[in-house]
Amino acid sequence: MKPIYRPSGALITKADFVPTHITADYVIGLAGNPNTGKSTVFNTLTGLNQHTGNWPGKTVSQARGFYRHQGKNVILVDLPGTYSLLANSIEEEVARDFICFAKPHATVVVVDATCLERNLNLVLQVLEITPRTLVCLNLVDEAERKGLHIDVGGLSDELGIPVVPTAARSGRGMTLLKDSINNIASGEHATQPRPVRYLGSLENAIGRLETYLEQVYTNGLSKRWVALRLLEGDSTIIQAIHNHSLAVTQQEG
Amino acid sequence: MKEGDYTLARLPIGSKGIVVGVEATGSTRRRLLDLGLVPGTVVEAIRRSPLGDPTAFGIRGAIVALREEDGDVVLVRPLW
Repeated sequence: MKPIYRPSGALITKADFVPTHITADYVIGLAGNPNTGKSTVFNTLTGLNQHTGNWPGKTVSQARGFYRHQGKNVILVDLPGTYSLLANSIEEEVARDFICFAKPHATVVVVDATCLERNLNLVLQVLEITPRTLVCLNLVDEAERKGLHIDVGGLSDELGIPVVPTAARSGRGMTLLKDSINNIASGEHATQPRPVRYLGSLENAIGRLETYLEQVYTNGLSKRWVALRLLEGDSTIIQAIHNHSLAVTQQEG
Repeated sequence: MKEGDYTLARLPIGSKGIVVGVEATGSTRRRLLDLGLVPGTVVEAIRRSPLGDPTAFGIRGAIVALREEDGDVVLVRPLW
């Protein structure tokens, strides 16, 4: 099998994740903190239609799966469990590069309903990269046992994206989740995320950088997101964008 | 750091503190913030390992072990 992932900004496309014997309608990323039941969601959705291996060149395992819903063939890519996408580790780099450069039709962020607060960090980070995002509010059964009631509608309004309550272990909410994935992937449901607003001085700087970024190639990445990384002085993402531009140019070349 | 300020690493076991600042830069700062140590977060020192380091802290619903050198850059106001 040809390597499907070259690290940090090298050319990766959605097509790289589609097995040759399948015509895929959608490629979907599955992100989430560790211990949120992400793998259970993955297994429940894809059953035995899975392929596992490594992200080539990385000692990070990678799983892809396939399912069919409403007549659409969906490839689900299980991303490493991370608390963040700001590349503190190889796992975070792999997850970030997939969302940034392979540009999945939608990204599902699995969150632990019993521990929502610490999970929303990742949701907000994914939302800054792409509006094609939905939240899978998993482990709602455990949350209920702990007496926690989550205002799903309120959370969805606050974030501006769909929030689907699930208990993957018992299969609860999975059909709704698949409906929601298809709606976002097809573009039928255009989400209206409400981005994090930073302090005035920071917003000023972001605005100025965005204006400048209009004039340079950013691979279709969110200019706001790139501006934030530049302000943070994150050299890895700058290098990744550079590598990706080179790879795209060479291919077109 | 002002006189009377505490860092996470100095928080007595069983007590709680509220984060007032993270005095680190670069990836250490990013990591600590990602773990939920943002100003306003209540943190509890849960237990210390037999050799005195690392220490387990309750942070936003999860237990996280931090080395002394990392806990020492997180400024807290003790809650007691």
